[in-house]
Amino acid sequence: MTPTARRRIDQAVSSLAALSAMVVIAPLLMIFGFLIYQGASAVNVDFFIHLPKPVGETGGGVANAIVGSLIMIGLAACVALPVGILGGVYLAESREPRLPWVVRFLADVLNGVPSIVFGIFAYTVVVLPMRRFSAFAGGLALAFIMVPIILRTTEEMVRLVPNALREAGFGIGLPQWKVTLHVVLPTARAGIITGVIVAIARVAGETAPLLFTALGNRFWHQGFDQPIAALPLQIYAYAIAPYDDWHRQAWAGALVLITLVFVTSLAARLATRGRTVAR
Amino acid sequence: MGDGIYVRRLKAWFGSALVIKGVDLTVAPNAVTAIIGPSGCGKSTFVRCLNRMHETVPTARVEGEVFLNEEDLYAPGMDPVEVRRRIGMVFQKPNPFPTMSIFDNVAAGLRLAGVRRRAVLQEEVERALTHAALWDEVKDDLDKSGVSLSGGQQQRLCIARALAVDPQILLMDEPCSALDPIATAKIEELIHALKKELTIAIVTHNMQQAARVSEWTGFFLLGELVEFGVTKEMFTTPHDQRTEDYITGRFG
Repeated sequence: MTPTARRRIDQAVSSLAALSAMVVIAPLLMIFGFLIYQGASAVNVDFFIHLPKPVGETGGGVANAIVGSLIMIGLAACVALPVGILGGVYLAESREPRLPWVVRFLADVLNGVPSIVFGIFAYTVVVLPMRRFSAFAGGLALAFIMVPIILRTTEEMVRLVPNALREAGFGIGLPQWKVTLHVVLPTARAGIITGVIVAIARVAGETAPLLFTALGNRFWHQGFDQPIAALPLQIYAYAIAPYDDWHRQAWAGALVLITLVFVTSLAARLATRGRTVAR
Repeated sequence: MGDGIYVRRLKAWFGSALVIKGVDLTVAPNAVTAIIGPSGCGKSTFVRCLNRMHETVPTARVEGEVFLNEEDLYAPGMDPVEVRRRIGMVFQKPNPFPTMSIFDNVAAGLRLAGVRRRAVLQEEVERALTHAALWDEVKDDLDKSGVSLSGGQQQRLCIARALAVDPQILLMDEPCSALDPIATAKIEELIHALKKELTIAIVTHNMQQAARVSEWTGFFLLGELVEFGVTKEMFTTPHDQRTEDYITGRFG
């Protein structure tokens, strides 16, 4: 092959690779652009601080849905954080030969389960026995989605902590649990926080698991055992309604949601930038 | 009267591989005992058995007896955590806790053992850092991260961290192999000063270092203790042909 031909092939393949990379981010840019075009006009202060208006009246906001989403994410985090982080530490630090392997494998399977399945499950184990839709059921469905993400990131991050640090801890007479708590976890902290934020960003936009657990609500939060509004649900409800004003609000809601996810992800990146544990 | 370690018929395994094949050795009180030998001869594993660090590795196993003075460290009721507090260890690569300040690194052992009073901690941290010949260099930067120090300083910080919990014995596993000659010289000076107060066992594959710092030397080969004796004699008139071959640089 002549040098000229080799250079041409190099250029062609490099361009193709660069093009593919741009194709990856193109959908995001297009979605963002379209949301701003369609929804920006409906985003105003009212949108963030008011309840939805009754059918026929224009205006109103989705404040209850934003609060509802936060409440359910909070409930989900209360369950998923301790389980995911403790479980991840176990997977990374255990010397047991079989159980961690099984848990790791099943967590990966769980990670691939369609989110609506978690909704059906929470519906069966919480909504049916309680005979009502509730914030609690929605939070639980979201927790199922968060657990495997937090579990696996925590495990990876704890594994990255150099063994020399554990030995340093043992060497000054610390028992295993103190080494884990005071040496390993602080060293892995940045990575674990990233994992938690990724999990939160992921469930913030989940709609399917909330359809028959949280159900949605046009009023403020009325207790954990009551149906509750959520931003994705509100978007869904508005999008399939026949009113133009609601359609605008659906676009605006989607814009708010994707901005929230974007900002959270960015915050996670910035907060943990350059703070790797590898040595 | 200082503390000594007395090892009898020690065997150690990784899985099914026997890496220490029955060693008898004495780490004499208030002296420095050097463990030399080629890479993979088991010298690191050997000292890691002395403070029950070896068993923290999955599948690792130990047989035989290790006495600290009259006490059997592998007796059924003996707590390995307590053993490691009394027999401190310094590792090959400096390994300060990266999330802790210089002060917190040194205070870690005391604090996690329940010492809470600030004044006591301050006093002990200063004492340990002074002992480790690092106090003058860091006394104004105690709040800085431990990993911001140079390699040699980090290693002395690790020595201070080990000294802070007041161990009876200090094990050093090739403490200078990641350091430059100047930092190495500082650590060796430090070893000279420390042996007045505690007993030291040092693993090294630098024979000049063994000759400089130790009173006793043990030569390990393939998991066996080939020769053990007074350092001076060992380096001038070794009894075993293999020792002579090694210290004259014919292998290893």
